[in-house]
Amino acid sequence: MNFEFSDEQRLLRDQARRFLDDNAPPSAARAILDDDETSFDRELWDAIAELGWTGVIIPEEYGGAGMIREDLCVIAEELGRSLAPTPFASSVYLVTEALLIAGSEDQKQEFLPQLADGTLIGAFAMAEGPGVPTAERIRTEFSDGLVTGVKTPILDGDIADTAVVVAKEDGERLSLVLVDLNGDGVTRRNVETVDPTRSHAEITFDGASGQRLGGLGEGASLVERVFDRAAVYLAFEQVGGAQASLDMAVEYSKNRFAFGRAIGSFQAIKHKLVNIYVDLELARGNAYYGAWAVTNDAPDLPIAAAAARVAASEAFNHASRENIQTHGGMGFTWEFDCHMYYRRSKLLSLLLGSERRWTDRLITTLERRNVA
Amino acid sequence: MDFEDTVEEAEFRAEALAWLKENAEPKSADHTLAVRRSDPTLVPKSREWQAKKFEGGFSGIWMPREYGGRGGTRLQQIIFNQEEAKFAIPPGIFNISHGMAVPTLMTYATEAQKQELIPATLRGDEIWCQLFSEPGAGSDLAGLRTRAERDGDEWVINGQKIWTSGAHYADRAILVTRSDPNVPKHKGLTYFFLDMKTPGIEVRPIRQVSGYSGFNEVFLTDVRIPDSQRLGEVGEGWQVAITTLMNERVASGERPEPNFNEIFALAQQMETEDGPAIEDKAVRDRLAKWYVQTRGLELIRMRTLTAMARGERPGPENSIGKLVSSFKRQDISQFGMDLMDMGGIMQDAETMPMASLFQNAYLESPGSRIAAGTDETMRNILAERVLGLPRDVRTDKDQPFNELRAGTLGRDN
Repeated sequence: MNFEFSDEQRLLRDQARRFLDDNAPPSAARAILDDDETSFDRELWDAIAELGWTGVIIPEEYGGAGMIREDLCVIAEELGRSLAPTPFASSVYLVTEALLIAGSEDQKQEFLPQLADGTLIGAFAMAEGPGVPTAERIRTEFSDGLVTGVKTPILDGDIADTAVVVAKEDGERLSLVLVDLNGDGVTRRNVETVDPTRSHAEITFDGASGQRLGGLGEGASLVERVFDRAAVYLAFEQVGGAQASLDMAVEYSKNRFAFGRAIGSFQAIKHKLVNIYVDLELARGNAYYGAWAVTNDAPDLPIAAAAARVAASEAFNHASRENIQTHGGMGFTWEFDCHMYYRRSKLLSLLLGSERRWTDRLITTLERRNVA
Repeated sequence: MDFEDTVEEAEFRAEALAWLKENAEPKSADHTLAVRRSDPTLVPKSREWQAKKFEGGFSGIWMPREYGGRGGTRLQQIIFNQEEAKFAIPPGIFNISHGMAVPTLMTYATEAQKQELIPATLRGDEIWCQLFSEPGAGSDLAGLRTRAERDGDEWVINGQKIWTSGAHYADRAILVTRSDPNVPKHKGLTYFFLDMKTPGIEVRPIRQVSGYSGFNEVFLTDVRIPDSQRLGEVGEGWQVAITTLMNERVASGERPEPNFNEIFALAQQMETEDGPAIEDKAVRDRLAKWYVQTRGLELIRMRTLTAMARGERPGPENSIGKLVSSFKRQDISQFGMDLMDMGGIMQDAETMPMASLFQNAYLESPGSRIAAGTDETMRNILAERVLGLPRDVRTDKDQPFNELRAGTLGRDN
């Protein structure tokens, strides 16, 4: 038994942290927040691709680094800490994994090398406005090789080159469809969200040509498999974001004086921050198990992924919310960075469906295991 | 990262499991303990089980062989504990003996004392209690006032201890006293061990919320202890007590059932107005939170073990386990009773699910949020030692002890 990252992985973490401290401090996210014209940090994205992070889990034969998924988890935690404004989650966690899971040999050869070197940006198009996108409720259709429908909000939809679209095919069944977003029949417009450090788009498909990814009607189960993996990576981003929020709150409470003493010496503040720390460590434990499960494709992955997601969503939400509270009025200003973590925590917790759905999925997977 | 056993670990686990199957009954929903704490045969049955483990080579697994241990690793101890938890064994009346007294003796006792006491303790022949808390010194333990006065080669002890678990059956005790009231409170303490049959000790059981008497008041009147039974230097009892308490927090990990598995099973059994409780979204939401906490604590413990295997010392982060699991047990027991609806008020082992496990825990669990460091004390420890937040303002730090106000007594020295 060994429940820690290896020495090499710790080294990778240190390198990633140094790189992101230098190249993606919170001011990088703030620059995107303050600039309505820019969707992401292109220079940072190119540097990340140069480091090989975009191709970490892509096998060498498709131009990737062929490393293990635990390594991606290490990087994800650091990305979460830094709020790096890049399409990493869309391209790597979702679209790359979708291709690795469901892609034909031709599709892998066509897309994976470009995803690996960052020249192709992917987006995962599932949502269709407010409400749970169930098979019954999804209206986007795929028929005769053409996609028709409206998807919104799609993370990185404005900058992506290719989308994996969840669409109805042959009646009520869902399929995944790869669509070239630069081709005919695709119009996009930016949509406002609570986290403008990451851009979102509404994409209208009007008979856009697409190719199916995976089998006809396999969409729902493929989404589950892709989301289980993405849930683990996002849990690490959330753990990183929660840690950054907690660090900010601790630091501020040591240096802010009131009633003649540092506010961090008051138990009301101490106990609040410890509650965050406890949630964070529980989330970290669950995320580590998720990392092991996703790396080894363990039968337990659906349980591990759901537990990691539930714990990490809660931890980041809790930490980012109470970080603002600890900062008092300053925490509520545009000038302080607290709100960027608060914004990001909501984005990450909704990206794969709300926490409510994942708690339900956790219990469902546990019931299945007990029956088995 | 590897969550599977290595070959050696798997071999040890198989050996432990085979031995347990031979010597204990597997746990079932209605049978989680071999003997309840309130049963008059608690002590003999517990000693019997402990002696069996000792003979089988499974007591003090990571203790050196020369003191009766197995000479194994802490990881093996955990593996054994994991397997043992699947069996209906007696409740842990040796936790203080093995988790606190033994590590303290290992650090501070003489070689002869270690030889005499540690093997007998690991075998279950010697049961220890901990004479620490006092009516005026609980969370603020260093405010204790039981006096130790030197008289030649002996010390004379006078005072009162309280909340002493197991004092009514313990053979020995570890004891913190005030040897010098004229210096600030942390500096005037001295630590001893003693035989509970020493003249001048009177034990009075305290009846607790659950109706059972697990802890006691202990009155010490002119109790004489030889100086050779002092652990650590005169006036340095606080440092010795810290050794004991750090081990206490490592020792007190997950609370007894009900835990996630029991509330999950109960939610499948109990019917609501719309079918089994487990189909209710609100119930599933609560279950998911407890699963994440339970699993998270297991994984934190595994990470601690990995750190220990690398030679790092267990730190104050272990306080998380105690803090989270004590509250969780109370929360689960309350929710379990809610699932039983009107009938949930009954505490009748014959008719109630899992032999009234939830009702019993409802009444027992408030105690574990107080014993071995209250929730509030654990949060202070985590805030100051892990997060590095400033210590609370202490008006009593440099004042001589005999000028302090303590407990509910005010200034009455």
